[in-house]
Amino acid sequence: MDSFLAEPAWIALRLSLKVACWATLLDLVFGVALGYLLARKRFPGRELLDALLTLPMVMPPTVLGYYLLVVIGRHGPLGAWLQQTFGINLIFTWQAAVIAAAVVAFPLVLKGARAAFETVDTQLEQAAKVLGISPFGVFLRVTLPLAWRGVLGGTLLAFARSMGEFGATLMVAGSIPGKTQTLSIAVYEAVQAGQDDTANLLVLITSVVCIVVLVAANKLTPNRNPQA
Amino acid sequence: MQIQIDITKTLRSGARTFALRARLASASQRIVVYGPSGAGKSMLLKAVAGLMTPDHGRIEIAGRCLYDSVDGIDLAPQRRKLAYLFQDYALFPHLNVRQNIAFGLQRGWRNPLARVDGEAVRYWLQAFELEHVAQQLPHQLSGGQRQRVALARALAPEPAALLLDEPFAALDPALRQRMRAELDTLQRRLGIPMILITHDPDDVSAFGDHVLRMENGSMADIENLELVERNEA
Repeated sequence: MDSFLAEPAWIALRLSLKVACWATLLDLVFGVALGYLLARKRFPGRELLDALLTLPMVMPPTVLGYYLLVVIGRHGPLGAWLQQTFGINLIFTWQAAVIAAAVVAFPLVLKGARAAFETVDTQLEQAAKVLGISPFGVFLRVTLPLAWRGVLGGTLLAFARSMGEFGATLMVAGSIPGKTQTLSIAVYEAVQAGQDDTANLLVLITSVVCIVVLVAANKLTPNRNPQA
Repeated sequence: MQIQIDITKTLRSGARTFALRARLASASQRIVVYGPSGAGKSMLLKAVAGLMTPDHGRIEIAGRCLYDSVDGIDLAPQRRKLAYLFQDYALFPHLNVRQNIAFGLQRGWRNPLARVDGEAVRYWLQAFELEHVAQQLPHQLSGGQRQRVALARALAPEPAALLLDEPFAALDPALRQRMRAELDTLQRRLGIPMILITHDPDDVSAFGDHVLRMENGSMADIENLELVERNEA
């Protein structure tokens, strides 16, 4: 394999990893908060909220990309506000790729976190409260330590999903080599241009990364937990 | 008065309703609430601990008002300073015996370290003969040890009263006798009020300074203890 092919592949891989890391971090923060909310709080519209947040898992990524364009595009409510207030334009930037990947992968963290929190016995949380521990302390000292494997499993799946994101990313971030062209988009471009060697290399890299992440996610599944 | 409780709470689930009308005023430190399961005994304890909010009423323990719907008082469970022994002990499965006992002694957002030490931890490990299992996790303990860890964990922060939910139900009969005797001595030494709820007549005779019967959410004093024993045994 000549080095002239390897270099763009390396750049695309680095970009994909950067996008997936940021997207996963965002998903982790919001997924833990909303997963806990759905698992522990009773409020009207709870299941509807769950369904809405799970939508990205079943919707075509292109539809999702279109929704994102409507919201964060130059004329969208959020996009226009960002443009006017901070002079920020998200469309066709790597940050837009992060948002697309985060939205598509979010249900994986949310589902994992909600299921993990639901397996934690509420009586343990009550015991901690009676012992004088503040609600946030109870969350950090009891709930999270007993649920972290499930949360982390979902998070790794989200990372793998973010790495492979294509449709929504292409729509909001485009395919600018070295700037927004992630691995999966580079594969598409290489095949379109008939560059089979590049495509082979990119496909190989993507497959290896995804397999490694999935093996790690499987190792963390809650039923391997010695306490279970 | 050591303990004064007068609360009501109505629960609805579908077409069924359950009304708790708990009334209790006692100068005695040892109160036993006796009744079949589903009578509302656990609800009563949860209300005292602040884990369930009644619709109306007042709860006062050892001169401290914990809840009063008229005055708008409703202390958070964290501020009630009560010891609660759950029926299956609710030990923290991810923490060892030391960490479980020290749990309520260390406030804030971090759990005690695995080698946590301190006067109270040492005292309770010794008092309940738990030193040799101090580094073990709850699932490695016997039933009696688990109960002692749960009691030590509840008592370490020096609570104002002791709430016990079927404390001996999970133990085998031989151990049950021994743990009853241990609790009996312990309560006398601590000198704090205790509410014990049970469906076991043997608990009634062991602790019954003041016994109430609870059925379908309502409670009444039992004057004749022998009647309980003869009917249930």
